[in-house]
Amino acid sequence: MDFIRKQLDNIKPHFEKGGKYEKFAPAFGGIETFLFVPNHTTKKGAHIRDGIDLKRVMMVVVIALLPALLFGMWNVGYQNMGDGHSFWDYFSFGAIRMLPMIIISYGVGLGIEFAYAILRGHDVNEGYLVTGLLIPMIMPIDLPLWMLALSVVFAVIIGKEAFGGTGMNILNPALIARAFALFSYAPFMSGNTVWVADSVADGVSGETLLGELAGNIVPDTSVFDMFMGYMPGSVGETSVLMILIGAAILLFTGIASWRIMIASVIGASLTGLFFNAIGSDTNALFNFPWWQHLLVGGFAFGMVFMATDPVTAAQTTKGKWIYGFLIGVFAILIRVVNPTLPEGVMMAILLMNVFAPTIDHYVIQGNVKRRKKRLQKVKA
Amino acid sequence: MSTDIKIKKGLNIKLKGRAQNKLSSINRSKIFAIDPSNFHGIIPKMIVKVGDKVQVGDAVFYAKQNEQIKFTSPVSGVIKEIVRGAKRKILKVLITADESDSFNDFGVKTPDNLTALQVKEILLESGCWAFINQRPYDIIANPSESPKAIFVSAYATAPLAASHSYALSGKEKEFQVGIDALSTLTEGKVHLSVDGSSSSFLNDMNNATIHRINGNHPAGNVGVQISKIDPINSGDRVWVVNPQDVAAIGNLFLTGKIDPERIIALAGSQVSDPQYYKVTQGTKIIDIVKGKLKDRKSRIISGNPLTGTSVSINDSIGFYDDVVTVLPEGDHYSFFGWMPFFGNNKFSMSRTFFSFLTPNKEFDLDTNLNGEERAFVITGEMEKVMPIDVYPMQLLKATMVEDIEKMENLGIYEVAPEDFALVDFVSTSKIEAQDIIRQGLDLMIKEVG
Repeated sequence: MDFIRKQLDNIKPHFEKGGKYEKFAPAFGGIETFLFVPNHTTKKGAHIRDGIDLKRVMMVVVIALLPALLFGMWNVGYQNMGDGHSFWDYFSFGAIRMLPMIIISYGVGLGIEFAYAILRGHDVNEGYLVTGLLIPMIMPIDLPLWMLALSVVFAVIIGKEAFGGTGMNILNPALIARAFALFSYAPFMSGNTVWVADSVADGVSGETLLGELAGNIVPDTSVFDMFMGYMPGSVGETSVLMILIGAAILLFTGIASWRIMIASVIGASLTGLFFNAIGSDTNALFNFPWWQHLLVGGFAFGMVFMATDPVTAAQTTKGKWIYGFLIGVFAILIRVVNPTLPEGVMMAILLMNVFAPTIDHYVIQGNVKRRKKRLQKVKA
Repeated sequence: MSTDIKIKKGLNIKLKGRAQNKLSSINRSKIFAIDPSNFHGIIPKMIVKVGDKVQVGDAVFYAKQNEQIKFTSPVSGVIKEIVRGAKRKILKVLITADESDSFNDFGVKTPDNLTALQVKEILLESGCWAFINQRPYDIIANPSESPKAIFVSAYATAPLAASHSYALSGKEKEFQVGIDALSTLTEGKVHLSVDGSSSSFLNDMNNATIHRINGNHPAGNVGVQISKIDPINSGDRVWVVNPQDVAAIGNLFLTGKIDPERIIALAGSQVSDPQYYKVTQGTKIIDIVKGKLKDRKSRIISGNPLTGTSVSINDSIGFYDDVVTVLPEGDHYSFFGWMPFFGNNKFSMSRTFFSFLTPNKEFDLDTNLNGEERAFVITGEMEKVMPIDVYPMQLLKATMVEDIEKMENLGIYEVAPEDFALVDFVSTSKIEAQDIIRQGLDLMIKEVG
């Protein structure tokens, strides 16, 4: 590492003010800061600082995503080939299809981030480290790579950079990518052929559970399979077990908000119970047990990795409870009663992203009113 | 009479190099310095010239804003130099000290027999007025105002802080008279907060309401205590005084002389034998630290590591500081230093280091930023270390855009920069919160007053 440091120190002057590649300083900085936490010392304020920084936070999230990612790759193979093959057969089948998606996602996304950093002359932010992995994990495995690339372009430019970059965006960029793909290339994003790799060629039909339910077919997937994730779906979403491992990492390290996760489960459970109580002869989803709602579709993945995105979620403690609860409610509501979308998690989170600042506003007004009341009491 | 207050939010940072309960003296310096930048917002106007002789307690300069507020010499000697910077701004006043001190005598008096006006006059004349700071704004109090209460926090919770009860031992009488004097200045109460887990003499003070405080840092911050005991509303004035300065005020009334001596802690991992020293105000840092430091490149801080000021060895110890901290300078790169669960010699509020496994370990933290400045991303972390009933992130944002109405609504009057020190510390995005709040308070002084 001394060698790398030396090389960096050698070329660094070219990127500094007055150097020949001055314009590319943000790009150089981005790479340098990735390799080495810089030698910056505290100038103002507290002289000592917490060991945490944004890169560390983002990497914890990436680590938390790994169990779901690895399982998802295996599951891609399993769903396609069926029983009777070795673990490595399944895994390599999935990996061969998943890795190009990850490479495209990171390549295109980081390329745009670096370009913006150079154009605007600001630092490269770390936000995309997580977004770049989330996007391929919530897309159908067979999505053509150019569609994936276009979705990434849309998400990063319109979803994030247009608002000022990491920390300024209103909507979760990964979900914007998915929403963009869904509305632009609907045949590739829903239906009974997209969730299993090569399903058309191989003649394997792979409807998701929610898709079957929406078609009023009561699925025969066991609860155990739902929990373990032995069912068709996007790479990240199927295994509740693996997502829970990720959730445990996020909660234990203190990175994600447990309030949002718990509140969303409460909201979804109550809504599920409500529909169970009403019941319906024509819509199988009304009768789908409320607790199984938590195991299927993108619910677990969305609540753990998407709803908790601190930038787009509510920022106040009370606000997080309300925000999480309403995401849970809307996710199930859309699932059950909206005939066009079998899954409601993405829409619920995007909707609440929009309302998060409103929720915060009213929570903070509570604090402001308390202060004004105190003043009036003193004056009286 | 005492009440118990438990503060739940906050964070104790355990650092290597806490001062041992051992007191030594240092050799008397030849040259002392008064640094007007210790007094925030004060523009000094010189009273003395180079070559003038001064005694302890003789006025050296006064505040341009209010010429009643005088700043006096901590030693007797000759004015050596008035160091000026750009636009002839006064940076330092250097005084060559005599072998031994002679004192300006302000007369022995009993505060109980005096009116508020008389007490004020003595404090202003002797330079002791500078001990009294006001909230909001965290500046020297305006003598023409009357505060709704006066707060003294004798509970230190900051990392490496000096223990107030240790520094005050043997000064019971002075401290009591100081409290008596302060109590004449307010219609309301004098609130004295003490360490809830100890039973020092401070628990038995008269003329003050005693509050026994328990909790992690910043429980010892006077601003936190004010918010729990008698929060500041728009238009209120609250005064605060440091405990050793209270004793110095007491000494003034008991003996007629000002007492420029303070017990300070020399602490931090780069100090070979951290302990307490008796020093005179205005002593140069070099006279305090000489021969007592380790070799590593280090930073000397007048004050604690969270709120102190970085100083060079030729500066003097800060007027309000009772600790000098020496920490290793952190100007090094660390290869993949952001990798979670690696680099476990660092401390974090999060559990992204395995250092959480050793909660009682004392850490040897350096001054590395441990990252780079970023936009606000992570939420909820500031709230964990903010016991005052404000929304820290929203208040910071309102302050950054200088939205005065919003700042007022969100409680800018209730906070001082030191209350945001832990926000500085925990911020993932390395936000300079204390600096933002200081600028916000200065804006409020200008716009609202």
